[in-house]
Amino acid sequence: MPLKIGPRTNQLIAYTILLIMTIITIFVLFFIIGYIFKNGIGQVSLKFLTERTMDMGKEGGIFPSILGTLFVTLLAIIIAAPIGVGSAVYLVEYTKAGIIRRIISFGADCLNGVPSIIFGLFGFIFFVITLNFGWSVLSGGLTLAVMILPTIIRTSEEAIKTVPRAYREISYSLGGGKLDTILKVVLPTALPGILTGIILGIGRAIGETAAVIFTAGSSLGLPSSVFSSTRTLAVHFYILAREGISMPKAYGTATVLIIIILLINFIAYRLVHRFIARYY
Amino acid sequence: MKDKIAEKFLMLVAFSAILALALISFFIFQQGLPLIFKAGLNNFFSTHWAPTKGHFGILSMIIGSLMVTAGALIVGISFGLACTIFLSEFSSETIQKILKPIIELLAGIPSVVYGFIGIVILVPFIRTHFGGPGFSVLTASIILGIMILPTIVSISYDSLQAVPRTYREGSFALGATKWQTVVMLLIPAARSGIIAGIILGMGRAIGETMAVIMIAGNALKIPHSILDSVRTLTSTIALELGYATGDHRAALFACGSFLFIIIVLLNIIAIRFKGKE
Repeated sequence: MPLKIGPRTNQLIAYTILLIMTIITIFVLFFIIGYIFKNGIGQVSLKFLTERTMDMGKEGGIFPSILGTLFVTLLAIIIAAPIGVGSAVYLVEYTKAGIIRRIISFGADCLNGVPSIIFGLFGFIFFVITLNFGWSVLSGGLTLAVMILPTIIRTSEEAIKTVPRAYREISYSLGGGKLDTILKVVLPTALPGILTGIILGIGRAIGETAAVIFTAGSSLGLPSSVFSSTRTLAVHFYILAREGISMPKAYGTATVLIIIILLINFIAYRLVHRFIARYY
Repeated sequence: MKDKIAEKFLMLVAFSAILALALISFFIFQQGLPLIFKAGLNNFFSTHWAPTKGHFGILSMIIGSLMVTAGALIVGISFGLACTIFLSEFSSETIQKILKPIIELLAGIPSVVYGFIGIVILVPFIRTHFGGPGFSVLTASIILGIMILPTIVSISYDSLQAVPRTYREGSFALGATKWQTVVMLLIPAARSGIIAGIILGMGRAIGETMAVIMIAGNALKIPHSILDSVRTLTSTIALELGYATGDHRAALFACGSFLFIIIVLLNIIAIRFKGKE
């Protein structure tokens, strides 16, 4: 005789399985972070952060890679943020549901799904070779700008959408033009949400490897101009780990990377919640 | 006047994403497609990859990518949906507020870090407990499964949350348990969004590069078991682009073209499903 299970028992079993699987998932996250920290935190010191890299990474610190990451990411944000926010403003404030909005949304969604190696191929053939920027901060920054553009468009779009209609109407009724309303009412109100998108974009750019290794290169010199080749932290870590140059230095670099990513996510999370708390 | 200029300017800006997409397609195809025509489809879809000697067969890499992606989907869908259902239906609002950002954080961890954890933890574990070289389809599937989980969770969570409250209340009023409601009502109702999440996760798995290079072993042959080493399309591009020239480089762009077409198709399907909600 088959065992009959009542709906209550059935639910209890399902609940237990779901709970265990969720705990495993969260454990994996904490394990990854904890494991990297445990092995790497001892490496991280002021000296490690501020010294030049020596002997291919066996000795010295990670200063050139910190600088490289900073320059490439900064360039990417300077280019992608205004374009992304501008696109979002146009999508929300100027288009009605229709073919133009569909095309622009499709572009952003599709670009968002393109894998980073394709951005690497594109950046390599377009910026490095065709435009002859070479392996450089400029090529890397431009490639990353294209890559993080959809993140910024989508998040800003959501942020601008949540600005209450009444705000715009009050501005119009006071004689404000459309552009004035956007610049003085909509954008300042949506700012925390927009910043969240930009910060998430920064996070993606900092963690990226495939798209920058073929565009910014992997030179360990200190970048002196936008045309210098440079090595970002993620690329440096990849090379240390994959070529087995130095495990302690690899753990140290990974720890720095993870700390930056945690900080970025924390700031983004706080911003989102301040934003939500204000409007819901 | 000022408003008119601003509108025209913003419209130009707004087309940047689609323009970027067009530029990417143009350059990838322009570099890759001529080689596919020159070599012929028979050569391109064979298993013989010796690009410096005129053999451009990418079949074993396609199979490699498919196997790794299938494995990642098994891991990603089961754990992803479990987390989604637990979060959306079985936890209080406070727990959701804590757990959701934690799961989203998984998406923020760089792929090289996942690859590294694969090398130092999972590869030795699989080598000692299951045999084989450790760098394998299985290793890559598990790591990729974790990597695509946040994509699946965030999209299917949104679509579960979008199911109207009244559905749940009606079902409870009829005496159904929460679990019965989830299985018989909520999942079917949120189906489109869940499928969209899975398809986007699939796209991420096919496209992932650095983590796969580090843990899949990259042997150029069709794997016979999940413990065998495997090489994907993306790994081939990343491993060889640094030194490839001439037809060899074109062949890597041909791989890229193939990959790009698949990804765009998956995106279109996912957008369709998302739009259905």
